[in-house]
Amino acid sequence: MHNHTTVSLNKLKSGKEEAAGRRRELTNIGLLLKGFILPVMILVLWELTGVLGIISETLLPRPSIIFFTFIDLLTTGNLADHFQISLLRALGGFLLGGTLGLLAGLAVGFNKNVEDTLDPTLQMLRTIPTLAVIPLFILWFGFGELSKILLIAKGAFFPLYVNTFLGIRGVDSRLFSVAKVLEFNRWKQITLLILPAALPNILLGLRLSLGVAWLALVAAELMGSSQGVGYLIMDARQFSQTSVVFVGIIIFAVFGKLSDSFVRVFERKLLKWQDNFQG
Amino acid sequence: MTLLELNHLTKTFSKGREKVHVLKDISLNVKRGEFLTIIGPSGCGKSTLLKAIAGLDTDYEGDIRLDGEIITSASVHQGFIFQEPRLFPWLTVEKNIAANLSLKDEKVQAEVKKLIKLVRLEGFERAYPKELSGGMAQRVAIARALLRKPKILLLDEPFGALDAFTRSHMQEALLDIWKEEKTTMVFVTHDIDEAVYLGNKVMIMSSRPGTIQKAVTIDLPFPRKKTTKLFQDYRQKVMGEFEKVEELELVNSAGI
Ligand SMILES: Nc1ncnc2c1ncn2[C@@H]1O[C@H](COP(=O)(O)OP(=O)(O)OP(=O)(O)O)[C@@H](O)[C@H]1O
Ligand SMILES: [Mg+2]
Repeated sequence: MHNHTTVSLNKLKSGKEEAAGRRRELTNIGLLLKGFILPVMILVLWELTGVLGIISETLLPRPSIIFFTFIDLLTTGNLADHFQISLLRALGGFLLGGTLGLLAGLAVGFNKNVEDTLDPTLQMLRTIPTLAVIPLFILWFGFGELSKILLIAKGAFFPLYVNTFLGIRGVDSRLFSVAKVLEFNRWKQITLLILPAALPNILLGLRLSLGVAWLALVAAELMGSSQGVGYLIMDARQFSQTSVVFVGIIIFAVFGKLSDSFVRVFERKLLKWQDNFQG
Repeated sequence: MTLLELNHLTKTFSKGREKVHVLKDISLNVKRGEFLTIIGPSGCGKSTLLKAIAGLDTDYEGDIRLDGEIITSASVHQGFIFQEPRLFPWLTVEKNIAANLSLKDEKVQAEVKKLIKLVRLEGFERAYPKELSGGMAQRVAIARALLRKPKILLLDEPFGALDAFTRSHMQEALLDIWKEEKTTMVFVTHDIDEAVYLGNKVMIMSSRPGTIQKAVTIDLPFPRKKTTKLFQDYRQKVMGEFEKVEELELVNSAGI
């Protein structure tokens, strides 16, 4: 008898929990749906205006046409190849510039002497807009891959440099006195204190660098190339293939967002110790 | 017998051209195994004094000796508990305690385990500091210092930020540790009750410049009870000395 009651009680409890879980799932789906309402409405409206002939197809092709263009490009127009080339350029430039930025940021952050000699120059270079150096890069390195990758690298360098530097210098000095009392050696001081403390800033720099690399890629490909998504866009413009231009833009947008989300997932994992306002 | 020895310690800060005497001619001895508490008004130089003993600040006149040797830098021999726990937020409790020592070392691991038990934090080994209450975090900081087997533990108002209930709990915990580990303690506080409850000796400081006004030996066995007549008598005595200091303070600040 007694046992029976406990069992049914347990059942009741788990039933309740299940229901709560289901409710939570439902609200999650509801939230997701809410986010989709506006875009879907816009798409429908957009499609309708196209069908009704209110807006010219060459100016604003319908979503369905853009979609079919995308499929078409994918199957016959080697979109994948163009995309791969763009991706390699962005990645190459990002890795080159980002790594150098990180290293320079670390060097300058850790050493006052290096800071005094390197930082003023770098800060001066930082203020030069990436777009303004394009002609120079073309003159120096031609239209080939080198100038593109260097351009992207220049863009990706500074966010990581500045944020790494900031992160290292922003370490709580009170934790340094703890490190002194515990007799940390230089290595432990770097690995247990400075780098973890600077990590949030470094990861922010990484995200910003990725974003800039993506922007610089577009600029680099638009300045003249015979391959890549940027080239696809330029080429389509000449022939007024607006739907292809849209496909290119959407690819840039989607991939930019994806890469950012990737770093954010990474960020959440590495920074789970952080105790911040969650909104 | 003497573990810590301060001889004519004098400390001045220079603010621009002006010189501020913060500590003046402080001499004192702390015996091995003793529990010394220090009270004094805010700004009298208690933290400055403790930092000098810790070796975090070596810019002073006079000398400080630990076990006969002059202190030249911060070290694990002088454990330090700050007012805030100052844990590394990115390390779990056990890693915070181990810090620069490796948990892969079996000896360290066993020792950490023992300390976690001593400060009653079993079950929180893998928790991050953000998941701890103020009292728990401060106990982690104490365990971190104890792991290094300090000759002396310096505590700068360690329980100042805690509520009354947690504070009295922490006082018990600290006394347990003191009994168990026999670590010599120098404990700075604002709280007269706390000073009398914990200390073998209470040192009362006055300010501008910070000097030792009076030392009162508390000749009461442990465990103490705050409600006994004897305890209250000692409290009155220390309170009386403290009031003298405060009067002096008022006179000084009035510019008389
Ligand atoms: N770095 C510094 N530069 C100049 N003056 C300082 C410095 N640190 C402390 N002082 C001065 O030294 C005096 C003593 O400071 P200290 O922090 O030791 O006081 P305290 O007794 O610990 O006070 P509290 O009880 O409020 O913690 C204060 O008047 C303060 O203004
Ligand atoms: Mg203080």
